[in-house]
Amino acid sequence: MTELMQYLQNLLGVAWLPVWTLVKILVIVVPIMLTVAYLTLAERKVIGYMQVRIGPNRVGYFGLLQPLADGLKLLMKEIIVPSGSNRFLFVSAPILALMPALAAWAVVPFDDGMVLADVNAGLLYILAMTSLGVYGIIIAGWASNSKYAFLGSLRSAAQIVSYEIPMGFGLVCVLMVSQSMNLGDIVLGQSGSAGLLGWYFIPLFPIFVVYFISGVAETNRAPFDMAEGESEIVAGFHVEYSGMAFALFFLAEYANMILIAILTAIMFLGGWLPPFDIAPFNLLPGIFWLLAKTSFMLFLFLWFRATFPRYRYDQLMRLGWKVFIPLTLVWLVIVGAWMQTPYWLW
Amino acid sequence: MLMSFETLVFYMFAVITVFASLRVITARNPVHAALFLVLAFCTAAGVWMLLEAEFLAITLVLVYVGAVMVLFLFVVMMLDINLEQLREGFWRWFPFGALLAIIMVFQMIWVLGNRQTAETGAQVIKHAANYSNTKELGRLIYTDYVYAFELAAVLLLVAIVAAIALTLRRRKDARSQEPDKQILVKKADRLRIVSVVVENKENKSQ
Repeated sequence: MTELMQYLQNLLGVAWLPVWTLVKILVIVVPIMLTVAYLTLAERKVIGYMQVRIGPNRVGYFGLLQPLADGLKLLMKEIIVPSGSNRFLFVSAPILALMPALAAWAVVPFDDGMVLADVNAGLLYILAMTSLGVYGIIIAGWASNSKYAFLGSLRSAAQIVSYEIPMGFGLVCVLMVSQSMNLGDIVLGQSGSAGLLGWYFIPLFPIFVVYFISGVAETNRAPFDMAEGESEIVAGFHVEYSGMAFALFFLAEYANMILIAILTAIMFLGGWLPPFDIAPFNLLPGIFWLLAKTSFMLFLFLWFRATFPRYRYDQLMRLGWKVFIPLTLVWLVIVGAWMQTPYWLW
Repeated sequence: MLMSFETLVFYMFAVITVFASLRVITARNPVHAALFLVLAFCTAAGVWMLLEAEFLAITLVLVYVGAVMVLFLFVVMMLDINLEQLREGFWRWFPFGALLAIIMVFQMIWVLGNRQTAETGAQVIKHAANYSNTKELGRLIYTDYVYAFELAAVLLLVAIVAAIALTLRRRKDARSQEPDKQILVKKADRLRIVSVVVENKENKSQ
């Protein structure tokens, strides 16, 4: 393997670094896209069974080819640009939605040292990238030149800005506890002989809950899907989109879901660390544990959607500003004081 | 090789920043102007990143692009701005704007042209990969510049209190819910079960 790499390195010369980085990017992006495709199927199946239905089962065994059929169908459809819309912004909005959702994956570690960009300010970078996703939605709503789309984008802008604050405070708590903004170091800070007792979800339990719920709100998922709100504003910001442009919004939403799930797993559930550092558990590769934890968090997303009715807009704002932000602020002070005492075990 | 690549990236960012800044003031559509301002912030963050100020660069994106400009766009999109009216005021405010511009140019010359800054500031000190910009910044803020920092914090706190006080004024016509009361409501408070005498058919037919 190393000989092959050496050979390629000599062959490509200066072009080696860009080519090798591109290969690494593809190794991350292609599985994400496949996961997105099959997450849509998993969602339909899970919600189906929760509502005592079967879900898609016609295309392929157990409906396994359904995502591919859906993708193909959307590819064949015409992209209709409404008259009176701003053409350039209308087309670039889905791209702006998807781009930050994928860019954030650059700093996500999959195993010890298995990361595209091992940057010091990884946590901050994640926070910045997730906050950029709202532009796709706002611009889509405005450029469509449609009332419903515009209402959806306004709701979404206010919602995402509100829920970013508790998320940011949550990340500050993680940063305080781990003393690092590097996601790899955050995971290593949770390792130890105590196994899952050393993970940060124990000292930061309220933050863990707030972060995940804010993540659900940040990705515009049910029960916080005010931006779409089919029963109120038809489909919200993407009402005028069709074909692949519409599909890009969905790709962005699901990529963001997976990102929030994997970040929760990394920051609070010990990332790639096994729950017990003993024989049958630590023999499995780290990436297995990371993906298992991520899948569990993703299942919660689907479970929420099948269980809870949509929030009303004022209740959503109340939850964000009057419950989550004070809670995170108080816990920030508690953790800060706790860390100065000898009873801090993490 | 590496140095020239960095210079190339710097000029790319610089050109985009200047272009976007110019478009902010020349774009006819206010939403386009706001979006060009977003672009200017992003490329400015890129320039800061080249200076190894990763904390400041990402914070610029996070705070200005991710929060401030979102709210800005939120407002601008809802406005119905009449460009003609805005243009009428241009020449009236021109002397004032020109004065501000001249003062800013002189301030920049004063700082950048100063020999001390020119000698030390032009050299970017390269640090090892494990050097944490954020930690150093935090240390400086809470030691050397603690008074200035606390003063800024108090200023922001006053602004927060003022903003909340302005919106929390009691209004007679505004109705709001009290969720704690809603939760405490019991069935007996709202629902009254009345037993109604059912009329039978014989009574009806009479």
